Amino acid sequence: MTKFEYAPAPESGAVVDLKPSYGLFINGQFVDGTGTSFKTISPATEEVLAEVAEASAADVDAAVKAARAAYTRVWSKLSGADRGKYLFRIARILQERAREFAVLETLDNGKPIKESRDVDVPIAAAHFFYHAGWADKLDYASLGPNPRPHGVVGQIIPWNFPMLMLAWKIAPALATGNTVVLKPAETTPLTALLFAEVCQQADLPPGVVNIVTGAGVTGQAIVDHHSIDKIAFTGSTGVGKAIARAIAGTPKKATLELGGKAANIIFDDAPIDQAVEGIINGIFFNQGHVCCAGSRLLVQESIADEVDRRLKRRLQTLRVGDPLDKNTDVGAINSRAQLDRITSLVAAGEAEGAERWDTGCPLPEKGFWFRPTVFTGVSQTHRIAQEEIFGPVVSVLTFRTPSEAVAKANNTPYGLSAGIWTEKGSRILWMADQMRAGVVWANTFNKFDPTSPFGGYKESGYGREGGRHGLAAYVTTGEGA
Amino acid sequence: MSSTPVDTAVDATARARDLLGVSRLTNSALTAWLHGLPGVDQVGCEARAAALGTRSIKTDSKKWAIDLAISMIDLTTLEGADTPGKVRGLCAKALTPDASDLTAPRPAAVCVYGDMVATARATLGTDSGVNIAAVATAFPSGRASMAVKLADTREAVAAGADEIDMVIDRGAFIAGDYLRVFDEIAEVKKACGSARLKVIMETGELVTYDNVRRASWLSMLAGGDFIKTSTGKVSPAATLPVTVIMLEAVRDWLDLTGEMVGVKPAGGIKTSKDAIKFLVAVNEVAGEAWLDNHWFRFGASSLLNDLLLQRQRMTLGYYSGADYITDDAPSLY
Amino acid sequence: MSRVEVKKTYKLYVGGAFPRSESGRSYEVTDSKGRFLANAALGSRKDARDAVVAARKAQAGWAGATAYNRGQVLYRVAEVMESRKAQFVEEVRAAEGLNPTRAAAAVDAAIDRWVWYAGWSDKFTQVLGGLNPVAGPYFNISAPEPTGVVAVLAPQSSSLLGLVSVVAPVIVSGNTAVVVTSFNRPIPAITLAEALATSDVPGGVVNLVTGNPAEMAPWLASHRDVNAIDLTGVADTDIAWAELERAAANNLKRVRRPLIVDGSAVEPDWTLSPGLNRIESYLETKTVWHPKGK
Repeated sequence: MTKFEYAPAPESGAVVDLKPSYGLFINGQFVDGTGTSFKTISPATEEVLAEVAEASAADVDAAVKAARAAYTRVWSKLSGADRGKYLFRIARILQERAREFAVLETLDNGKPIKESRDVDVPIAAAHFFYHAGWADKLDYASLGPNPRPHGVVGQIIPWNFPMLMLAWKIAPALATGNTVVLKPAETTPLTALLFAEVCQQADLPPGVVNIVTGAGVTGQAIVDHHSIDKIAFTGSTGVGKAIARAIAGTPKKATLELGGKAANIIFDDAPIDQAVEGIINGIFFNQGHVCCAGSRLLVQESIADEVDRRLKRRLQTLRVGDPLDKNTDVGAINSRAQLDRITSLVAAGEAEGAERWDTGCPLPEKGFWFRPTVFTGVSQTHRIAQEEIFGPVVSVLTFRTPSEAVAKANNTPYGLSAGIWTEKGSRILWMADQMRAGVVWANTFNKFDPTSPFGGYKESGYGREGGRHGLAAYVTTGEGA
Repeated sequence: MSSTPVDTAVDATARARDLLGVSRLTNSALTAWLHGLPGVDQVGCEARAAALGTRSIKTDSKKWAIDLAISMIDLTTLEGADTPGKVRGLCAKALTPDASDLTAPRPAAVCVYGDMVATARATLGTDSGVNIAAVATAFPSGRASMAVKLADTREAVAAGADEIDMVIDRGAFIAGDYLRVFDEIAEVKKACGSARLKVIMETGELVTYDNVRRASWLSMLAGGDFIKTSTGKVSPAATLPVTVIMLEAVRDWLDLTGEMVGVKPAGGIKTSKDAIKFLVAVNEVAGEAWLDNHWFRFGASSLLNDLLLQRQRMTLGYYSGADYITDDAPSLY
Repeated sequence: MSRVEVKKTYKLYVGGAFPRSESGRSYEVTDSKGRFLANAALGSRKDARDAVVAARKAQAGWAGATAYNRGQVLYRVAEVMESRKAQFVEEVRAAEGLNPTRAAAAVDAAIDRWVWYAGWSDKFTQVLGGLNPVAGPYFNISAPEPTGVVAVLAPQSSSLLGLVSVVAPVIVSGNTAVVVTSFNRPIPAITLAEALATSDVPGGVVNLVTGNPAEMAPWLASHRDVNAIDLTGVADTDIAWAELERAAANNLKRVRRPLIVDGSAVEPDWTLSPGLNRIESYLETKTVWHPKGK
C-alpha cells in the first residue's frame, strides 16, 4: 500500500465529438470511398471508436486528381504570402482546438494525454507556424536558384505520432507550394480526419490537402500513382526500401524517415540524475514507439551497476495505465500486432541469455499493454540490440572507452539518432562528430523542434524534415552542371 | 527528543574521515569529495521538476496531501518587528489552525527568532505536538563570529527550542573554504544537544545547482538533521528544482550511509498547488519514507491559510473565503 | 632514325596503388577515329569490391582531415594537372576527337573545376549548416557531413572535365570515391590517377576503375558498404539505370539520378558553372542538441 496514491485524474473525453463513421477527405469534402471500410479502436480499451473508409486505388486517383487540379489552378498561382496566411490560420485553429486534438490522439493512439497535450499537438501547431513564415521567403532559404514546388506530394505517415507527423509532412509541403495527398496509419486515422475539418475551417482551397485513410494497399496506390511527383514517408525501413524500389527509374522524388536503433551513451562523469531521466525519456516516451528512441543503452562499465540501480528505482515511479489519466507516464501499446512483435522480441532476448527485468506493475485487463522492461547483459549480437523493438524495452550494454562506445554505437545499419551523457565538453564534441546519426542529443534526449532538421544516416532513410533543410526536399531548383 | 546529547562534532569529523577515506579531514579532501559529485544539468533538472509539477492530484489524494502539507509546516515569523504578541498569535494559530474545523492537523512547528522561544514555549506548553524551531547563528546573513553563533544556538536551546535552523557561511562556501563550513555545522550541531539541526544553505546565494548539491552533501556530512533551502530573505528561495536536487541528495545519502536526513524548502511556497507539487517531488524523488513531518517540512507562513481554504472547500463542497480563516500574521504595512 | 617509343601500361588506381585488374583482363582503347591507343585494364566486380574496401579504409581519415587541408589537397591536384597540361590536352583530344583549342579549353576547365571545388572545402559547411533557434534552452546546430563511400559512374563522353566534375564534389566534403571511368575514353582518367597519386590525395580517397560500367555498376549499386551512388555515367549507354536505383535501395543508398531530358538520360553540359547541389548530394545533415545552463 503506497502512502500517496494519486487518485484517477482522467481528461474528459467529452471534448471529442466522434462520428460513427468517416469518409475520405477529397477536394475539400468528406466523401464515401469506393472501397471497404475498417474499424479503428482504442488500444487502451479495444473499444471501436469509429468506422473509417479504406481508400481504393480509384479513391486515391480521385484524391491525386483533386490535388493536381488544386495545384495547377489555385495553389501554384497564390503568392507565397497568401499560402503562408493559410498556414498561419491552420496553426491558430490547431491551438484553439488543442484539447480536442490531444484527447482524440490519445484515444486513437493510446499515448498518455500528457504527451499528446504537451508534446504532439503543440509541436504540430508550431510546425505550421514555422513553415507559414517560410512560404514567402523561399528565395532566402539557400535552396539554390529559383526554388519551385514539385507539384503533388504523396505522404504516408506512421501511427506513433499521427498528428505531429502530419504536421511535419503537410506544413513544409504547403509552404513550398505543393499540394498533398496524405495517408494516415490505419490504426490512427482520426486526428488526420479532424485535421481535414481544420482545413475546411481555414477555408483552405479544396484539393490542396486530401486525406485518404487505409492500410498498405492504399499507401501502395499513392506510391504507384503516375501523377505523384514526390513521396514523403515515415515508417519502417522495410517499407521505406520497398518505396525506394517502387519509384526507381521514375521521376518521383522521395524522402524517407525510417527506423532506428539509437545508442544512448552514458559516461561515468555524466550528470547522473539527468542521465537517468534521459534514459527514461529516451525509451519510455510514447511507450518506446519512437524511431529515434534510445533503445540501446551504452553505459560505461565503471558505473554500470550504479546506473542499473538508479534506472530500476526510477522505473518504479512510472505510472502505466489509462492514457487519458493526466498522471499516466506510459500508455497503451498501439495495436495487437505491435504488442505481439514486442512480446516476441522480448522472448528472443530472454532466449539469447539477456537478463530481463520489469517493474511488475499491474496492467489493465483490456487493451494492449507492456510493462517498462530493462534487459541487462546484452551483447551487440543479440537481436534485442540489433532490431528495432519499437516498444518500452531498453537493452543495456557496457563499454570501456570512448572509442569502444563509438564503435558499438555505429555498429548498426541504422543511423537516426544518438545520445551522449558526459559533463566533459570536449568529449561531447568529439563524440558528436563520431556518431553516424542524423540527430545527436548531448545531455538531453528526444527533443524536437520545427526549426531543427530531423532525419537519418544509412538505413534510417534520407532527407531531413524540419528547419531550412526540410524545405529542400519539397522544391526543385534550377541548378546546372 | 529526550536522548542524551552526544559529541556529534567529533563523530561528524570521524565519520567524514571514514567516508572520504582520509586520515585527516582537510579542505582539499573535502574539495575533492564534493567536486567529485556528479554534476547537475540545469535544463534537465528543471525539466524534471516541471514534469513532477504536472501531476494532477485530485479528490481523496488531494485531501490527504493537504493535511500532510499542513502537518509539515514550520509556521514562521522572522521579522525585525516581531513582538511577543505576534508570536503568541502565531502559536495560537498553530494550536488551532482552523477554528471552524478542529480536525485540521496542527503544523509541525513554529519557527521564530531565538529571543522569542520562551514566549512561544509559554503559549504552546510542552504537549501540544507543535515543536519550536529557532533560527540561530546570526540568521539570516550568518556574518558573525563563531562564538556569537554558538551562543545564539545555546541560548535558543536553553530557552526551549526543539529545533535549530542555522545558516551556513555562504561566503566561506563560495570561497571554497568547505572545511570552515563543515566545522561550523559540526560545532553548532554539538551546541544543539538534542535539538534537531536544520542547515540553511541559502540556495539563492549559491546560485548554481552544482553548488546546491555540494552544499547539501557537506551539510549532511557535517551532521545536519535537515537540509533547508533558504532563510526566506533572499530570492529565489525554495524552488522546486532546488528541492529536487536536495531530495536526490538525501536519497543518495541514505544509500551511502543508511541514515535519513530531512529536507525543508522554505520561502516562496504560498499556495496549496505549489505545496502539492513539492509533495509529489518528495514522493517520487526521495520516496514515500520522507512523506512525514519528521523528514519533510515547509518553511512558510501564508501557505497554511491557503491549505486551510482548500481544505474547507473540499470539506464543504464549495469555495471558502479569507474571512472564514483566521489570520494571525497579517502584513504590518 | 626515330627512337622506339616506350609504351605505357595502363592500370587501375585503387588504394593509392596501380594494380592490374585481378581478372587479368584488358581491353583495347582507341581514339575517336578508331585508332589503337592502348590496352586498358578491364576492371571486374572484384576490382570494384577492392576499390570499395580501399575507399572505406580511407574514408574516416579523409573526413577527419581539416577542411583547410582538404582544400589544399584539391588545389594541389589542379597544380599537378597544370604541370601535365600538354599530356592531358593530347589525351582529351585523342579520346574525344576535339581540336587542340577545344581540348585545351576542356582541360583548362577541368583544372579550374578543381580550383572551384577546392575553395568549397571550408565553406559548404557554413553555407549549408547553422544554428537552429529552437524554442527552449538548447544549443542546436546542424552541420553537413560526408555520407561515406560514394560510387560514381563517370560520364562517358567528357573524359576529363566530366570526370573531374563528378569526382571533385564527392571528395571535397570528405567522402571517398569509387569511380568507374568512361568505358571508351579511359586514358585521361588514368592520367588523372597519376596526378592524384603525385598530389597529396591520400591513397584510397579516389579509386579509378577502368572497364565496363554495365559489368561493375550493379555490384556497386547493391554493395552494402557503399553509401551513395552517382548514376551520371549511364547517359549514352544501354545500362538500365532504374535497375541500379532499385538495387541501391538494398541499403538505402543515396542515389543521384542521371540528368533526364525528354525521358532519357543525357550527359550534362559540363561547361555550365556547377552549383552546390553535387556537393549536397553526398552530405548528411547532422543536428546536435545540448542544453544551455549555468
